[in-house]
Amino acid sequence: MSKITGNEIIHQYLRHNKKFPHVLCAGCGHGIVLGTLIRSIHSLGIPKDDVVVVAGIGCSGRLAVYVDFNTVHTTHGRALSFATGIKISNPKLNVIALMGDGDALSIGGNHLIHAARRNIGVTALILNNNIYGMTGGQSSPATPEGSTTMTNPYGQLDSSFDTVELARGAGANYVARGTVFHVNRLEKIMTEAIGRPGFSLVEAITPCHTQFGRKNKYKSPVDMYNWLKSTAVPLERYNEMPEDKRRDRMPIGVFVDRDRPGFEERYYAMQQNFLKQAAKGGK
Amino acid sequence: MPRRKKRTEIFALGNEAVVEGALLAGCTFYGGYPITPSSEIMEIMASRLPKLENGVFIQMEDEIASMGAVIGASLSGRKAMTATSGPGFSLMQENLGYAVMAETPMVLVNVMRGGPSTGLPTSPAQGDVQQARWGTHGDHPIIVLSASNVQECLDMTITAFNMAEKYRTPVILLLDEVTSHTREKIEIPNEGEFEVFSRTVPSMPPEWYKPYEETVRGVPPMPPIGSGYRFHVTGLTHDRNGFPTQRPEEVVELMDRIHRKIDQFFYDIQLVDEIMTDDCEVCVIAYGSVARSAELAVQQARGNGVKAGLLKLKTLFPYPRRHTEKILAHARTLVVPEMNMGQMSREVKRVNMGHASVRTINRVDGQIVTPSEILKVIMQG
Ligand SMILES: Cc1ncc(C[n+]2csc(CCOP(=O)(O)OP(=O)(O)O)c2C)c(N)n1
Ligand code: SF4
Repeated sequence: MSKITGNEIIHQYLRHNKKFPHVLCAGCGHGIVLGTLIRSIHSLGIPKDDVVVVAGIGCSGRLAVYVDFNTVHTTHGRALSFATGIKISNPKLNVIALMGDGDALSIGGNHLIHAARRNIGVTALILNNNIYGMTGGQSSPATPEGSTTMTNPYGQLDSSFDTVELARGAGANYVARGTVFHVNRLEKIMTEAIGRPGFSLVEAITPCHTQFGRKNKYKSPVDMYNWLKSTAVPLERYNEMPEDKRRDRMPIGVFVDRDRPGFEERYYAMQQNFLKQAAKGGK
Repeated sequence: MPRRKKRTEIFALGNEAVVEGALLAGCTFYGGYPITPSSEIMEIMASRLPKLENGVFIQMEDEIASMGAVIGASLSGRKAMTATSGPGFSLMQENLGYAVMAETPMVLVNVMRGGPSTGLPTSPAQGDVQQARWGTHGDHPIIVLSASNVQECLDMTITAFNMAEKYRTPVILLLDEVTSHTREKIEIPNEGEFEVFSRTVPSMPPEWYKPYEETVRGVPPMPPIGSGYRFHVTGLTHDRNGFPTQRPEEVVELMDRIHRKIDQFFYDIQLVDEIMTDDCEVCVIAYGSVARSAELAVQQARGNGVKAGLLKLKTLFPYPRRHTEKILAHARTLVVPEMNMGQMSREVKRVNMGHASVRTINRVDGQIVTPSEILKVIMQG
């Protein structure tokens, strides 16, 4: 008996003959994230028709073209607002908002905070490559302090944004971070995130050697993956590390795991109450 | 013939009439952000929609998000709307262009206020006429309607939803503060007395469906997301399958079709009221609350022996050219009063092409245009 391979699973979900070859650079981490997303949906057994991938604008946003779900490629930074309209309109759908770090944290920062606060039942998947990939390597809110980009030729002065802390503070139900190097772990948290009610957020650290690595001592994709390997530490280990060792290390794992009902659940419960009262003759 | 059921009469604010119209047209989604003088639309929706079966109201974090949510709701199969004023309208423009490109039906009500910028927050103005036409980027058709009294607020909101659904396009309803905040007795039409149009959904099997294919009307059918028709929606220029393309012939095909689906139906889209225009020598062309002042001025002018008429624009864009041209056969003067520096008189002059003399009356001081101001200009011939 032959075992179904990961590739065979993925092939069932791609738009064959329609939009290939794809636009990503060889060695880009975005494809790996898409692979984990597909395998997560597959393992949860969600039918394709019930999945809506709502993407922003960027290299990450382009991923929506290749997968055979309901896909909406929105405007830069606005994926979560479209996703909110879709989810509240039809709560049965599994809505995944797929965004870049520039997309989600800069232009879309306000929507991210409020989607988390509202706890709308959307899974936000942020592909953090520390840079604006599609527009040619300008700095993003996630660009590490001191690194060089097209718009930071003298080094990034701002400090880098902590997505996890932001989402936690704003009230997200589930917040996790993974990397494309630790792909099994990433798949596990992605599966959990999609299965949770309310707003969940997965930050996937993914290398962009073309725009980020090239300017920051990671010349090849391999250098970038080695960087992920040496920087990321599981949260449990990170918590036990002494303060000085934590510097330059990035914790990965699950940071927030709550179980509050999503906005749509609360909304329709309120509506059911009104309808019941009206049926009883009340106003 | 069956006896007509008596219509319900209510005493309503313009903004309230918009809500009544929207609900009659089948609106089940409102997403918005408050701003005067449009806020009552949102407030009334907030109290009405949650009590309706399947009604959804959501207050979003800003106008950009409101448009995103409305488009998302519409893609999910709902009739959806939002309302705003000046600065909020500016924020909605990028996603308005998206709605044009992705052919997403929706209604956007803009109760105009004085500008530029935060300008004159609650004073009457008509400063967003050209923003409604050209506010988003790129070449695109757009349908812009207006209303000059409270009853029309209701009627034109229904019309806006119908056109949005019929032509798969966003429709803008431009109101001014006077109309929105006037309280008048209006009649609520009974079911069956007005048309309710809903978008065509595909009937072919999902494998055959091409989301942006040419059809007789130029308007492809549109299934709700999640109903078994899986396809890609994008603001990028796309081919018939909805996938991004830069091939010149596919770009032109798309651009032609989104223009043609509107152009072809000018007779249905371009709505006007013609008041004493059959023989008029001086014709006032007005819209919104100014058209009310104009109507009185025209009546007074007739009393004074001047053959005056009023072309009241209920559709601002596409500009009702053929209605104007008819009048140009006999009118020697066109008078265009508006509460801006001349945003609609540009259109009138464009269509006039030197046939008649065009006189403008422009107020930007937050005050209404009075009948006597218009009468004075009419009497000058
Ligand atoms: C309103 C608006 N501003 C700017 C842009 C240009 N733009 C396109 S993609 C992009 C950044 C993409 O970076 P990121 O979100 O990090 O995604 P990546 O390409 O790195 O995956 C920008 C600024 C745009 N499309 N729209
Ligand atoms: S530019 Fe960077 S993010 Fe974009 S495809 Fe290439 S490697 Fe990936």
